[in-house]
Parts: sequence; C-alpha cells; structure tokens
Amino acid sequence: MITLEHYLFLGAIIFTLGVLGIFLNKKNLIIILMSIELILLSVNINFIAFSAYINDISGQIFAMLTLTVAAAEAAIGLAILVVFFRNLGSIEVNKINQLKG
Amino acid sequence: MILYSLTFYLFSSVAVLSALMVISAKNPVHSVLFLILSFVNASGLFVLLGAEFLAMILVVVYVGAVAVLFLFVVMMLDINFVKLREGFLQYLPFGALLGIVLVIELGILFLTDRSSNIYNNQTPLQPIVSEVENTKMIGQILYTEYFYLFQICGIILLVAMIGSITLTLRDKGGVKRQNIASQNTVDASTAIEKKKVKIGEGI
Repeated sequence: MITLEHYLFLGAIIFTLGVLGIFLNKKNLIIILMSIELILLSVNINFIAFSAYINDISGQIFAMLTLTVAAAEAAIGLAILVVFFRNLGSIEVNKINQLKG
Repeated sequence: MILYSLTFYLFSSVAVLSALMVISAKNPVHSVLFLILSFVNASGLFVLLGAEFLAMILVVVYVGAVAVLFLFVVMMLDINFVKLREGFLQYLPFGALLGIVLVIELGILFLTDRSSNIYNNQTPLQPIVSEVENTKMIGQILYTEYFYLFQICGIILLVAMIGSITLTLRDKGGVKRQNIASQNTVDASTAIEKKKVKIGEGI
C-alpha cells in the first residue's frame, strides 16, 4: 500500500539530488540551473501528494504557481547565462567575480 | 492495489535514477535528456495521484518549453565541458556525506509518529473518481477563489519575458532608426538649403 510517506520520501530524495547537483557541479552553471529545476519538481510532488491525501484541490493550484515560477526562473537564468557567456567566453561559476563582493 | 504499488515504484525509481543521471552525466546534452525523462515520470506519478491536468501541464511546460530551452542553450554555446567537470570528484565525498545525512534526516521526519495530524487516518490512495473531473475542479477554484494568484502568475511571466529580452538584446551599431521628434521639428528654414552652383561644376 502506497501511503503519503512514500511520496514525501520520493520528494525528499529528489530534493537531495538537486542539492547534491549544486554541490558537485560547482563550475557548470547549466547543471546548477537543472538542479534547481529538480528541487522545484520535488516541491511539486509534495504539493500534489498532500493535495491528494487531504482531498483538497488547493494544493494543485499552488503547484501551478510553482510551475510558473520555475518557468520564469529558467528563462531569466538562461538569459543571464547567455549574456555571461557572451562577455567572458565561459560559464564557470567561480569566474563570476565582477562585483568583487 | 498491487498494480498501483508496482506503478508507483516503477515511476518513482525511474524518476530518481534519471535525477541521479542529471547531476552525474558527463555530457550536458545527456543531462537535459535525463531531466526530460525525470519530468515525464513525475507526471506519471501525478496521474497516479489524480492530478491529470497538472500532469499534462508538466509535460507541456517542462518537456515542451523549458527542456527545449535548456537544450537550445547547451547546443548554442560552444563550451569546453571537460574543463567544467574538474573538481567533481574532489567534492564527491563531502557531497555524498551531506546528501546521506539530509535523506536520513528527512526520512526520520516522515517516519515519526504524528497521531494528531489531519492526514493520519489515511485511506488507501486511489485515483480520485468524482463527478467533476480534475480540470473542471481546478477551473472552478482558480478563477474564483485564487483569481489574484492567477493574475500574479501572469505578471510574473510578463516580467520574466521582458527581463530575458532586455538581457539578451544586443544593440548593433550602424542601424538607422526613425527619430520622430527631429522629423516633426523640421521647417522650411532648416529643410531647404540654397546653393549657388557654378556652371560646369558640381556641388
């Protein structure tokens, strides 16, 4: 029998894989953006699992909001990536030090 | 019920394995393709949970738009990917430790007793079969109760569109543009110039 915990655990594993992707691919900005997409997917899985088990449709509405934010984030992130590559000729994260912060 | 469990394990194991491949593949093109596989399997799980509309939206928005955008950028930029993978193994032990700790902590959180919670008396999950289908239910609540949220979604997308266009817009030199203000301020004294031209010569 599949319970809510199964879905929550699946979301936790995918979230952890997303965080790990940010840690391991410290140089490749594209993989980091994809890891953020994975994290947002795990959020969606949690929202919809709770929505199904509590039997309330509101969770699916919020999952749609997450989807919108994820799409906007991907568009702006990739635009920044393209501009960055055009200016520096590389997408290494540790070369982003123009602001000397 | 057995079939439901089998389907859940099939979809979730493929989703987790392809998520693992996303972060460990050597070629970013393969990463994007595994990301697509992960999203398709997640949408299968959404169908299992009775959220058909969101499953289809996930396929359309992610596989159709976001993943293709990623693929486009990966293939457009000429990047030395071998150089970018330096340091992957260096961070692997620390990253693996952190990941294992995070998963164990979250697992403990889910397996603890929560006898007072509202979802405690769970019924075995079936796809919700109601008189109103899922899409209609979402539509009924989205345009009434969550109308402002819906409009804010539209504004977020508009801002994202304007932002990405202005970021990537390149102003090329040498392009002639119409200057309406200077056109409107022209009168006879500035528009016409009289010159004496000698016979047999040009200007």
